[in-house]
Amino acid sequence: MKSILLSFYSWADERLGLEEMVQFAKHKTVPVHSQAFWYYWGGLSLFFFLIQFATGVLLLLYYRPGPDAYDSVRQITYDTNFGWLVRSVHSWAANLMIVAIFVHMFSVFFMKAYRKPREFGWWSGVALLGMAMVFGFSGYLLPMDDLAYFATKVGMEIFSVVPMIGPKLADLVRGGPDVSEYTVHRFFALHVVVLPAVFLPILGFHLWLVQRHGNAVPPSEEAKSEAQRRSESFFPNFMMKDFAMWLVAFNVLSVLAFMFPWDLGPQADPLKPAPLGIHPEWYFMSQFQVLKIFGDLFPGKLGEILGIVVFTAGLLLWFLIPLYDNTQEAGRRAKRATYFGLFTLMALIVTTIWAYLVL
Amino acid sequence: MMSKATDKNNPPSTGGVSRQTFLRAAVGSAGVIYAAGLAYPVYRYVASPVEKAAKESAVTEVTLKDAQKLAPGSALMFKFGSKPSMLIHHNDGTWTALTAVCTHLGCTVHYQEDKKRIHCACHGGVYDPKTGANVSGPPPKPLKRYEVKVTDAAVIVSRSQDRA
Repeated sequence: MKSILLSFYSWADERLGLEEMVQFAKHKTVPVHSQAFWYYWGGLSLFFFLIQFATGVLLLLYYRPGPDAYDSVRQITYDTNFGWLVRSVHSWAANLMIVAIFVHMFSVFFMKAYRKPREFGWWSGVALLGMAMVFGFSGYLLPMDDLAYFATKVGMEIFSVVPMIGPKLADLVRGGPDVSEYTVHRFFALHVVVLPAVFLPILGFHLWLVQRHGNAVPPSEEAKSEAQRRSESFFPNFMMKDFAMWLVAFNVLSVLAFMFPWDLGPQADPLKPAPLGIHPEWYFMSQFQVLKIFGDLFPGKLGEILGIVVFTAGLLLWFLIPLYDNTQEAGRRAKRATYFGLFTLMALIVTTIWAYLVL
Repeated sequence: MMSKATDKNNPPSTGGVSRQTFLRAAVGSAGVIYAAGLAYPVYRYVASPVEKAAKESAVTEVTLKDAQKLAPGSALMFKFGSKPSMLIHHNDGTWTALTAVCTHLGCTVHYQEDKKRIHCACHGGVYDPKTGANVSGPPPKPLKRYEVKVTDAAVIVSRSQDRA
């Protein structure tokens, strides 16, 4: 039996170069140091994405976009075996995935892992976070309950600040002057076809870069001599720990999805007043609040536009940080970048909490 | 107790199970339980419509309102549970109800009054419209018959007693 397996392996190896991959995996190492805990968060983001992929396909078995979108989600939630669970897991994992990506991003930022040669890793990562948020926004509408309807209605107002073509653009994205079954169809196509088709290759690129450059170490480790640094082999040591973290994440996800099943509100009805305290998902609350603050400071269109300009400028700086903080030295630029990161983190947390307090 | 390391090649003389074997079995069975706990809801979720159809086909009687008005020499299609079925009012005044699913490859058959036969367009199977017997063509078995009761208000079709 063993000899058959071996000869099959060498047959496949000759054609696929498996031995190279095995050698690569054997020699791949992961640094060991006091901050190594943060290395798990990229893997966790990937894990939640895989969950989203699997549960998304399961939801596709019964979800119907268009006029009976709400009814199909109602059937999934109440009439289909464990449909409530599949839907709950999909919603919870979506939120946990965004949490994991945020943690991953900030740990990369503070470890300065965006520096040469890892700039493309940073850029592709920020792009993946942006897309994850669009995934969230488009997926939020699909059940077409009242919260989904009004949240999307409000969210679409963002287009109105684009000069000249803004309103036209919003109409095109919505498929009409109002959120309707056409909007559901468009968001559905975006959510299950367009976004995955763009997301997956960028994710592949991102993961390939990690293999190419290996894990970055924080400046405190970089300062040590080669002999002082410690590392462990990726296979099987780190991979097993990675899987252990996935198992923990899966258990947390299961408990949340079981104990707090995702709600389905009443069907969207444009004639009914918007539910009190309506607000976007937590990961849009910061933008929401910044817009509000500027709206209060500067009445009318000006406030909205200023808010968006400030937010966009911040995002652009964030995106371009590898070009500014580009040397390995612990100089003034490195320090400024760290302050910028701390400021961004604080601003996000404060505006998010603020947004919830004034709801 | 714990001072002596257990070794595969040198098992403890007490005849007990080595720690390694025990851990392996424990982790293995925990893994199996975990996988089953994951697979069960997914299986039930995917199989939901199958279960629903099975529940529907468990019906034993269907009441066809006003079907007693069906003109002689014509047929009415209806669903018995989830199964396409056919009620025929023959010219001699008798009634027949049968499943309308060809026993060959499952196409829905149709009643041809002029030829006094039930025909399947897929592969030319022919059944007797009174008994459901497979007369010619590829069908291996007859169409199943239901019991028919005609009242003033409806036709009641039920699973025949002999098959129950």
